[in-house]
Amino acid sequence: MTLALSGKEIAGKLEEQFPGGILDSGADSVTIKSDLLLSVASFLKDTKDLEFDYLTAITAVDYSRYFELVYQLTSLKHNHSLIIKTQLYDRNHASLPSVSGLWRGADFQEREIYDLLGIKFDGHPNMKRIFLWEDFQGHPLRKDYL
Amino acid sequence: MAVKTELKLKTEPFVLNIGPVHPSTHGVFRMRATLDGEVLIDLEPVFGYLHRGIEKLAEGRTYTQVIPLTDRLDYLASMSNNLAYVMAVEKLAGITVPERAEYLRVIMAELQRIASHLIAVGAFLNDCGAFMTPILYMIREREKILDLLEMVSGQRLTYNYMRVGGVSQDIPGEFLPALRKFVQRMPSYIDEYDQLLAENEILLARSKGVGILPKDMAINASASGPVLRASGVKWDIRKADPYSVYDRFQFDIPTGSVGDCYDRYRVRVQEMRQSVRIIKQVMEGLPEGEVKAEVAHFLRLPVGETYAHIESPRGELGFYLVSDNSIAPYRLHIRAPSLINLTALRDMTLGWKVADVIIIFGSIDINMGEVDR
Repeated sequence: MTLALSGKEIAGKLEEQFPGGILDSGADSVTIKSDLLLSVASFLKDTKDLEFDYLTAITAVDYSRYFELVYQLTSLKHNHSLIIKTQLYDRNHASLPSVSGLWRGADFQEREIYDLLGIKFDGHPNMKRIFLWEDFQGHPLRKDYL
Repeated sequence: MAVKTELKLKTEPFVLNIGPVHPSTHGVFRMRATLDGEVLIDLEPVFGYLHRGIEKLAEGRTYTQVIPLTDRLDYLASMSNNLAYVMAVEKLAGITVPERAEYLRVIMAELQRIASHLIAVGAFLNDCGAFMTPILYMIREREKILDLLEMVSGQRLTYNYMRVGGVSQDIPGEFLPALRKFVQRMPSYIDEYDQLLAENEILLARSKGVGILPKDMAINASASGPVLRASGVKWDIRKADPYSVYDRFQFDIPTGSVGDCYDRYRVRVQEMRQSVRIIKQVMEGLPEGEVKAEVAHFLRLPVGETYAHIESPRGELGFYLVSDNSIAPYRLHIRAPSLINLTALRDMTLGWKVADVIIIFGSIDINMGEVDR
């Protein structure tokens, strides 16, 4: 069984490394400040006993007031998992650092999120639409897109 | 006296669009290939020709109405899509599925895996140039599986069989005898393919050492399913994070060692044997009883989110479901293994000739319905 690591415990570990950067923690998730994403991600990837070597999925949800980005991490080595969440409040200029340098599996998934929800990933090698055509207007999975 | 001539030809890279409408791309997929002579020096996959916005459509339907949409993701493995989706809904709603329904789900999912791998292997051999002969053998067996699945659901491809809380209906009386006949015969059919193909010189020459995906890269690029296992990673959600009743059955996880096209082909053939093995055990233990829990017609899930994943024939298929307590999903995200397995395609194909690129791509086994969604 893949062990879902306790969000509270991990939040404690992260708080030591990134004081003030942890906003919330749930049963299997930690919510962090968006500007810390890249450093938290590489900490989780490289720290012994955590070693999240596998990025299962990235999801973005439009909660109208903010976008929530959900990073599902798995360690194939230890067979445990963790969810990292972060929130973006600026709808017009929503952007995050890209994690595709850490996990290449993020490549198409970040492009998909950009295409359908309009969140830009800085540092992504090929940040353009993936499914819809280039001059398509709007981002269909946003709740204000009709 | 021979006149010495020196040809001074200017060469330059050539951009070739392979697809979107080309038999080797297995659907409407385009590879924008840059070639130096016949050698590939750059490749950009282009998607979107089959994008129907299934995630968006799901936001306007009730939870039950979304099930037929999932059929149209990976249309070679509709049962698996059904299963992953209803599992997500059940997980968030806290619904317990009757034992018999769980067993039936495993039977259907494993039959589906065999059917899907038959097409994957057959189409791969088509790409290798063994045109139409092997795939016809495989379609012969797949047809028997489609007959079985048609018996339970009335459909050949888009089954719409699973329901939140179980399956839509119990199996008819003729199903188990027909299934028994099938699982008795299937291993000898797989032997037949092996006799024809496993040591076939041409197949070995075309696929051994071609399109290697190293272990580290496979993990880093989030590859899953047979693609990941062929690279030597023993990772199968059925074992790593057992769902349904998979923990009750004995089976092995076939892995490759090199991660080349041949390994990916071998892993699939061996997985078919394991699936037959699972189905036999499920049939022995199939309990009597209900096949569907009592579930409200217009289901309202508690506010929250969940992620359910299964090992589909193509890899880790996951549904991330967000509920706001209305009758429709607030957000449904599909982790599509076909799309994510293509992440490393460029690295796997660089430096190979066009004919090899075709089989490297074929060996990944994608389904455009799932890539584009």
